[in-house]
Amino acid sequence: MGTVRRHIYIDAPVDVVWDIVGAPDRLHEWFPIDSCEVVGNKRWINLPSGLRFEEDIVTLDHDLRRFQYAIVNNMIVTHHLATVDVIADGADRCIVIYATDIEPEPMGLVIIGAAGSGLKKLQSMFSPVNGVS
Amino acid sequence: MGRKILFITTDQQRFDALGCNGGLIARTPNIDALAAHGINYNRAHPQNVVCMPSRSTMITGQHVSTHGVWMNGVPLPVDAPSVASTLHDAGYKTALIGKAHFEPFLDPFLRFAENQLAAAGTHSLIEDGYLHRGFDHMESAAHGGMGTFHYAQWLMKNHPEAVPMYYRVLDMELQVSALGGTNTGAPQAHINNIPREWYHTDWVADRAIAWLESLDPDADWFCWVSFPDPHHPWDPPASELHRVNWRDVDLPVGFPVDRAQREAILDAKPAQWRKWYDGDFVSNYEAPRRWVPNTLTEDQVREINALTHIENELIDEAVGRLMKHVESRGWGADTDVLFSTDHGEFQGDFGLLFKGPYHVDALMRVPLIWRPAPSAGVDPATVTAPVGHVSLAATFCEIAGLPQPAYVEAPRLPVNDEDARSLGHERVLTEWDSVLFGKIVGLRTICRDGWVATACLPGSLHNGTEGELYNLANDPLQQINLWDDSAYRSTREDLLADMWDSLPTPDAVRRECDAPV
Repeated sequence: MGTVRRHIYIDAPVDVVWDIVGAPDRLHEWFPIDSCEVVGNKRWINLPSGLRFEEDIVTLDHDLRRFQYAIVNNMIVTHHLATVDVIADGADRCIVIYATDIEPEPMGLVIIGAAGSGLKKLQSMFSPVNGVS
Repeated sequence: MGRKILFITTDQQRFDALGCNGGLIARTPNIDALAAHGINYNRAHPQNVVCMPSRSTMITGQHVSTHGVWMNGVPLPVDAPSVASTLHDAGYKTALIGKAHFEPFLDPFLRFAENQLAAAGTHSLIEDGYLHRGFDHMESAAHGGMGTFHYAQWLMKNHPEAVPMYYRVLDMELQVSALGGTNTGAPQAHINNIPREWYHTDWVADRAIAWLESLDPDADWFCWVSFPDPHHPWDPPASELHRVNWRDVDLPVGFPVDRAQREAILDAKPAQWRKWYDGDFVSNYEAPRRWVPNTLTEDQVREINALTHIENELIDEAVGRLMKHVESRGWGADTDVLFSTDHGEFQGDFGLLFKGPYHVDALMRVPLIWRPAPSAGVDPATVTAPVGHVSLAATFCEIAGLPQPAYVEAPRLPVNDEDARSLGHERVLTEWDSVLFGKIVGLRTICRDGWVATACLPGSLHNGTEGELYNLANDPLQQINLWDDSAYRSTREDLLADMWDSLPTPDAVRRECDAPV
């Protein structure tokens, strides 16, 4: 089992960041994918390489500010659970933590590399220059 | 009009692969001719023994601790220094044709330019106003017919039936495959029915020739031709297998035939050696996780060596074609040719294959040849002083008549041993760091005065007191580890003190690993 994690601090109130992270259909705004579609508890994401992943939305807890999803029905990925937590660090700052458990292991490094890129994009979206509010 | 630069690299090629370095099987007359008319470096080391860190050193002129690409899967930042950019800014036309690998291969999110170029059908990319890595033209290839590379796209478009002829490098679990496809069952050995003219070695040469042909006769140019072979998988075109019959190949001198002797040698080395041999500790992604080295048979060693020799002959013939084309354009007298590889390969030494945290000649001693432009009037020489790839960037700038860039960490390559002394080529350093799901291995190595000393950093297997010490003259196969021999304690301490003084200080925050490879 590959278990990996990345985190980033963002200078924005936790609720503002959660508005994006906690919206499964807004993944493409910060994660390096082309597009996504959400129907009920299902999400499909389309990668720039043309790959398409089917996912189950496992947890969407607006109180805990936790989002969990799992890649399913995939020829390569036999087990997956990703957890994204947004945690307040004072009134105007928060930390976003992205963790994944996945089989096969090597896929964990690929996913977490993309997640790292996504977290940086998320941070830049709240920078003074790009400021989402 | 200045001197042109043809930089030819292979991937995972041993020092003794070439006739000019004592190789007795593969016929390499074209590369041997470069050595005969140029400078052959007898003790050249890469600064890391896997692809991405080593190649990042070539292009930046920096040690691994400085450029920060500490393992395969760690991308070289797009704003990292690039000698290609320096040459481009000086008016050189620049190209990299073949395997780049400054950025991860496994990239389904297409995050990296190397993978985006072929998908977009282009050969260059402007990022923040800068040409990616400084190359006017990038045309990519890797070790087979799949992936996001120009070669793979060309093969799929023109000869789709040939794509599955290649060995499938990764298995369904994305692990480096341990399967063998030949009679001996050697891992990553395979019968490839692809016609030779479609094989990636010839394609890389074809594309390099096409790019050179596109240039103005008066252009100054830097062309990095990067052959993916003889890196595994070992699957040269079947039509070429007649060149070397594996049944006729002697076992390498570095392969201890007696199992007890082999294992005693491994037991005298730090723990990562024997633990990998027994399949108890796989520290990195560069060898098949499910292959256990102690199952390696003599016939498998013979076959892998034979297939490697065949691949090396094909590379040599491609080099011959490149040289012929350079001559045909009237550039022969004004073209410098540098030939090297990114790191070596065990090929049976110590009963092992592939590569990993093992700083011995099999992986560290690499071919390095500089055939200066004949018009420069440099005498042929053999250099015995230790040198490294870290000197390549400064050498390219010297050839181009440019000052040594501030970003490089080593002087240009010497043209003889006296020049080496005056330039300060006393030592060469190699680093290893791997972190694979909690398995941590770090090594730091110095080669100086005919000695190789390796310190193991604290990690999963080591507490920081272990290491290796070899006398290269008395023990050319590095089978006698003198690290704990009290008679050599002062030698060891002197080498290590020099090594710690000479190594650059890495950034406090290690770069993230974004892919397995």
